[in-house]
Amino acid sequence: MDKTISEKIISEHAGRELKAGDITIVNVDLVMSQDGTGPLAVSHVRRMGFNKIKNPGKSIFFIDHASPSPRKELSNSHIVLREFAAQTGAIISDAGKGVCHQILAESYTCPGDIVLGGDSHTCTSGALGAFATGMGSTDIAVGYALASTWMMVPSTIKVNFERKINKGVFAKDLIIYLIGKITSDGATYKAIEFGGEIGNALSMDERFTISNMAVEAGAKTGIFPSDSITKEYLKSQGREDCFREVSADKGAKYEEAIDIDCSLIEPMVSQPHTVDNALPVSNLEKIMIDQVFIGTCTNGRLSDLKIAADILKGKKVAGGIRLIVIPASKDIYLEALKTGILETFVDSGAIVGSPGCGPCVGIHQGILGDGEVCLSTQNRNFKGRMGNPNSFIYLCSPATAAWSAVRGYIADPREVLL
Amino acid sequence: MSETKKNSGILAGRSFKFGDDISTDLIAPGRLFHLRSNLPELTKHVLEDADPEFAGKVKPGDFVVGGRNFGLGSSREHAPLIMKMAGVGAVLAKSFARIFFRNSINVGLPVLICDTDKIDEGDMLEIDLKKGTIDNKTKNLVLQFSPLPEVMIKILNDGGLVNHITKNKGFNL
Repeated sequence: MDKTISEKIISEHAGRELKAGDITIVNVDLVMSQDGTGPLAVSHVRRMGFNKIKNPGKSIFFIDHASPSPRKELSNSHIVLREFAAQTGAIISDAGKGVCHQILAESYTCPGDIVLGGDSHTCTSGALGAFATGMGSTDIAVGYALASTWMMVPSTIKVNFERKINKGVFAKDLIIYLIGKITSDGATYKAIEFGGEIGNALSMDERFTISNMAVEAGAKTGIFPSDSITKEYLKSQGREDCFREVSADKGAKYEEAIDIDCSLIEPMVSQPHTVDNALPVSNLEKIMIDQVFIGTCTNGRLSDLKIAADILKGKKVAGGIRLIVIPASKDIYLEALKTGILETFVDSGAIVGSPGCGPCVGIHQGILGDGEVCLSTQNRNFKGRMGNPNSFIYLCSPATAAWSAVRGYIADPREVLL
Repeated sequence: MSETKKNSGILAGRSFKFGDDISTDLIAPGRLFHLRSNLPELTKHVLEDADPEFAGKVKPGDFVVGGRNFGLGSSREHAPLIMKMAGVGAVLAKSFARIFFRNSINVGLPVLICDTDKIDEGDMLEIDLKKGTIDNKTKNLVLQFSPLPEVMIKILNDGGLVNHITKNKGFNL
């Protein structure tokens, strides 16, 4: 039987032939959680009576959501994770190292893997040709303890990005456009496989942005086939040996195929309070902003920071606007430091923070005031997401974010990029 | 006012109605991240950003009734967990986000897919988990809900996945 990528990976891990709709127990390659979901997972592992975990070298705890900790309660949760890791031999990725999904990409995920993460954006690793999906603390606890889980093999939607990308339009605009089209539950319980002429030519950083947001359409995962671009990326991380080609069979059955003509896509925003409330920037009225945030597992990578810095070079952030920039990992931070990108940010008036999730989750480092508006490169704009239910979040690409920070309102980056 | 008849598979209580796209941020907000290590305290804030008075009004056995795509967003299991701890007997919605649905079963909170347009705030409901029916006593109307996959029924019957694994020393699905 010809298979989709999901059917292929799950069949391999279950040791039998499976198709969409089948329910199975599978072995998993990587299990991770972060400081918001890890402590509960640790408590579940203990409640189940396990003193050991199955595969400690492939079990990771990330301290990234409250990093460094702004409160004693969270500091104490961090201690729980560090102690459990020390006791079981699990890996701890401590404060300052970076956002879990970025570190998985840099150091852990291999094509063909099954990755379980106690974080909904675990689908980011799908960009490497892995079956990577978010789960809650109980499933993650079982994953740590047994290195297996139960799952239903999802049906797959094939999304083909075609034609050409216009200047000023980036991967973030493509995925916001797609979610606007299929809505926030358009892919619930399903996998999305990305392809098409444009899709296949995207860089790894662009693929990560797109896979990251698959869950915003409800998807279980968002996968790119692995290819020479994947191989080059893994090589750049010193992990070439884990490359293998993962792709769908020619006759694979898709639930649906969606062709996106990228030439029709303009710079996009998601308006409050749902990601699928998508609109081209050019259709917006003049939306004044209080804060701009460039970073996160969606758009905190080096190429994102470079695009933003190129726009900001020699310019100043508009008066009254706070621009917060947070590289997604320590390696990205260091590279941005060496190449002068961080200097450009600071010089323009931006606040540069330490690697981590920053203000995206509403814990610290840029909580919004009542009535305030934030333009962010993050993946979610739900009411209350950035710590205040009386604030408003718009989502966009790093280019739109940077140019808007200069203008003081949500502005079209084509004004400066054309 | 409301009661849960233990072990009979019958749940009875009052409906609290919410709209579409009730995110986990509305149920267990990120600004209360530090309370995740203190679940009884976090429970006092359940659904606070959707209805600030909900936690004070909900009685054991009552139902949360949503629209489309209930529970979208973060993987935080704390969202269904504090609903259960607040006494919510079941969540009814037209559709659920995947991770929330799975988390709810894992913590032993029944999640039922049905036509919630037929239920209003304050309606008295009696749910038969075995028969798959929701009797809207207020409207004198019986609704059906979609049956759960077999594996989820087994997990729910064991009282959640932690109990299932503990009891069986592994998966027995």
